[in-house]
This record gives sequence, structure tokens and C-alpha cells, in this order.
Amino acid sequence: MAMTPKRAVAGRRNFLRGGTTLALATAGTLAAGRARALDPGAADPALLPPNVPPWTRSQGAGYLNPPYGLPSRHEAKVVRVLPNPPPAFPTASRTPLQDLHGIITPSGLVFERHHAGVPDIDPSAHRLLLHGLVERPLNFTMEDLMRFPSVSRIHFLECSGNSAAELKKVTGKTAQEIHGLLSCCEWTGVPLATVLQEAGVKAQAKWILAEGADGAAMTRSVPLAKALDDALLVYAQNGEMLRPEQGYPLRLFLPGFEGNMSVKWLRRLKVGSEPFQTREETGAYTDLLPDGSALQFTFHMETKSLITFPSGGQRLKARGFYEISGLAWSGRGKIRRVEVSVDGGKSWADAQLQEPVLSKALVRFRLPWRWDGAPALIASRSTDETGNVQPSMAQVLQARGANAFYHNNAIQFWNIDANGEVQNARA
Amino acid sequence: MHGPESTLKRAALAAILIAAALAPAEAQQRYGLGQPLSERELAGWNIDVKPDGSGLPKGRGTAAIGAPLFAQQCAACHGARGEGTLANKLAGGAGTLNTPAAQKTIGSYWPYATTLFDYIRRAMPHNAPQSLKPDEVYALTAYILQLNGVVAANTEINQATLPKVEMPNRQGFKPVID
Repeated sequence: MAMTPKRAVAGRRNFLRGGTTLALATAGTLAAGRARALDPGAADPALLPPNVPPWTRSQGAGYLNPPYGLPSRHEAKVVRVLPNPPPAFPTASRTPLQDLHGIITPSGLVFERHHAGVPDIDPSAHRLLLHGLVERPLNFTMEDLMRFPSVSRIHFLECSGNSAAELKKVTGKTAQEIHGLLSCCEWTGVPLATVLQEAGVKAQAKWILAEGADGAAMTRSVPLAKALDDALLVYAQNGEMLRPEQGYPLRLFLPGFEGNMSVKWLRRLKVGSEPFQTREETGAYTDLLPDGSALQFTFHMETKSLITFPSGGQRLKARGFYEISGLAWSGRGKIRRVEVSVDGGKSWADAQLQEPVLSKALVRFRLPWRWDGAPALIASRSTDETGNVQPSMAQVLQARGANAFYHNNAIQFWNIDANGEVQNARA
Repeated sequence: MHGPESTLKRAALAAILIAAALAPAEAQQRYGLGQPLSERELAGWNIDVKPDGSGLPKGRGTAAIGAPLFAQQCAACHGARGEGTLANKLAGGAGTLNTPAAQKTIGSYWPYATTLFDYIRRAMPHNAPQSLKPDEVYALTAYILQLNGVVAANTEINQATLPKVEMPNRQGFKPVID
């Protein structure tokens, strides 16, 4: 801890310069470094070497928590959270990004955003009506829909209001609180183009109204071009039928677009020639600019990234090796590059992108790092395959102001103090 | 012209026919899934209203009729005059959109009056969505517009008049479509 800040910075830079390989990582240093919720100091010495703990000296439970398995009881703190204090009408819960590994969000931890709660829909009574500017208006059962040729694809889903509060001030504590309206799953369903072809779309068609069967009968207008490109009628998620809170038994899924457009509990598609100007695309989910005008139909979730370890609320207990790790994504395609800074944005080093690097999906990035015990301001910056670079907060505020609320994709800084405490920060 | 070329053509044609029989995935072909949708089935779900007024049902209402209905159905969450309590503020906010304390209400922000009818009919009241009759939705629409100074207390709001109501922020939106 006696190291001067100047020497500490130089040390970090040296490490970064040669740091794009993982040569320093060994099982021992990783295990020691990745403390997180696991606190080795809390263990009863009787359970530690050279003693043999009771779980090695007895038979385990026959079948753990059948019929549907659950995580270890020691991971009970890894859960979705509601805003604190809870709002009058709870509308969202957030994914614990800082506690997850890889790119897939377990179904039970996928963020929620509802406009009238979670309906309990009997799939035998669910129908999708397809009408409007089509040759053959059709009424589909779930059985009908699941008979069409299906595809499974891995895509992220992000609420356009994710990270919104940060535009006004540094407010959230953890990655979950700040950026937790973000998840990534394998989605299985029928290409919407296939089902539209079944009905025969008329020449003057340009937009489709998607409507939910929930108490909000949630509606958004979707451009026909997106519907014919990569939109899916999804019935399964991570290998099992959709969770109720994700739209069981059927949801629209629009890869790369703001989450609310992937209408859950989908009951109706109406093909039209113009946007339908629903509440959710006029009074809500429009981006208010400083001059009082608003941007409408800002569909794409632009490229964004954040470091999930180390991140807000965590603590580095000792100096030494840590693997910086995080997530990057773009609604416009694949991530091409993620850079990491450990000196407040003065210098950047390329992080390793872990395969698979998929279009419109979360990508896991990693960078080996040796913490010297001095305060450090760390951040990541993504670039997507279209060449778009994740902007700084100053750039976001300059471009769209603090009232925009939606589509905040600014660079996230975390400050690590001399005690190893990690906090939400700005450069 | 009856050489190997024509044999190849016949083989290619046969392959296409077999593929078609296995999976009707050709662009023009259909899977034959789903049932024809009848007007009767559609009637109960086809509830969207567009800015040109298409989708509006028959009926009418005024703010004067809507006021007691609002007190009964809406005020508990939105406040007696739409000032917002548990749920969103519905009225006021004029002139605030370009300030740090911007208030996005129906009067200050929403571009189309028809959207108000659409939203009340599909999603409100919170405890019983889609329970209001068309005349009640017209009356509540009229009352909320009156709270925002957009219409007078005795202006009749109906299929013909609602699409003609000019919202104060009608020109406030820039469609990006991207």
C-alpha cells in the first residue's frame, strides 16, 4: 500500500502492455482471487485441510430437490432484485450480472419488465390472431405454431430504460442495480417471416402491430422489414418452454431491438401500412431531447459493455492477480473489440473476446490484471462490427441530454479504492 | 436435343419434386397450418385505434360526464385532477419538456388524442382492464383532455371528433425508425 500513485499507474500500464495473454493465470491464483460471495475466512477450521469434512465421510442426498433442480443453497443471494424502495406498482426486476459467468442468463435470473404483471396463461387456450393487410387472416393455436420449422438462436435482451438513472447522477451501487435490465438466452421459435408468408402479406404492408394478452394488452408497432429479417415467434428459452414472466406460452422476439418491442404473451399481429402510434411508442419509450422535442422509434440497442468483475459492491481483499471480466453487446451485430482501462480512461488495452462471438448476443471479455493495491479507476469500451464505439457519459449527455432516459449506453467506470472496495464512479 | 443435357434436366426436376414433397419450404408454398380467422373471433380482440380514428367504436362522452367516472375509476391512483399519486401524472407539465424537471403528461407530451382512447380501453382501470364500455372510455378521454385544457367540459368526444382533437405536442416527435 506504500506504493505511490505514479508508480502504481506505471505498474498497471506495464502489465497491460504485455497483458493480452493469460500466461499469469494459474488455478491457485484464480481460486484465491475470486473471493466474491465466497468468503474463505468464514469457514470452520474443522472443515479445512488436513481435516476431512463430513460431506466426504457420508453419503449425499439421494436426488437433490426433485423434480426441478435448484442452485446450491449457498448461492441463495444470487437472485433478481426489485428497486429499493419498491415502487407502488412493481414493474421490473434485475439480473445479478456481477454473479454470473459466461454469456447465458439462467432462466430464473432473466430480468423482468411487465406492464400489468405476469398473466397465468393456459397454453391450450392461447391463440395468435394474424390479420390486417394479409391475404388469409389466420388463427393459430400453440400446437399449430410449434409445427412450423423452428430455429434456436442466442440473443441478448435489454430494456431501453436500462442504466437510465445514471444519466442524471451516479446512483446505482452494483452492476445489477445499474445495468441489470439485461439478459441473454437461447431462444427457440418460428421465424415470423414464415408465419407471415403463411398468411400472405399484401403489397402495401409496412408495419405490424404486436399485442400481448396481458392486462396491459401491451402494443408496439414493428417495421415489416424487421419482421421479415430476423424476428422470431418464441416459445422456448434455454431449452425449456418460456418462463411465465418471459411471455409463456408465446412472445415476439426482435433481436437487437429495445426489449419492450419483443411483446410477451403475444396474442395478435395486425399488418398495416403505418405505425399504430400506441401509448408505448408515443407517451413512453420515446427519447426526450434537451430542446423539448423527442426521438421516436429508436429501436436498436447500441453497442455497450461493462465490467462485471470487479464491479460495484465487490471488494478485492488482497493485491495480486485478478481476471477482469465483463460483457459486451450490440443490437447491430457482432462485437468486434473490447478495450479495458485501469487508469481512468487514459490508456486502453484490448481484452480477449471469448468465443462464441455471436450477432446481437452478449460476448464475454477477459483481461488478466495484477492489482498493486493502489486506487484504480477501471472501465470497458466496446466497438461493434459496424464500427460504432461505445460513447462516454459526456458524449451521451452531449448528444441527447439527461432527460432522454432511454438508450443510455455510456461507458461504466468502477473505482477501486486502496481497501479494494469497488464503487460506481465517473471518469 | 435429346442428349445428356436433357437427362440432367430431368434428374434436377425430379430432385426438386422430391424436396417439395418432403418439406413445403419453397417460397410460394404454405404449410397449411392455422385456421381461417373469422370476423366474429376477431371482434373482441381487434381493439387498436389509429390516429385517423379507425378502430374507434360507436359512442360518445363529455368531460362533464367523465368527471364522476374519473373520481370513481381513476383518481385513487392518478389523483383527483390527474396530478399523479401512485400512478402517472396525467395532466399539466406544459412548457416543461425543455427543462431539467420535464413532465411528460398526456397534455404536455402525447401526440395523438386517439392513443388516449386506445390505452384506456385496452389497459385501464388497473384493477379491471377492458371492463369499461365505449361511452365510458369516451367520457374519460374527454375528461383527461379537459384537465389538460385541450377540450371544453361540454365538448362531445366521439368517433368523428376525437381524431380531430389537436394535441399540444403533436409536432414534438422526430421519427428515427432505426
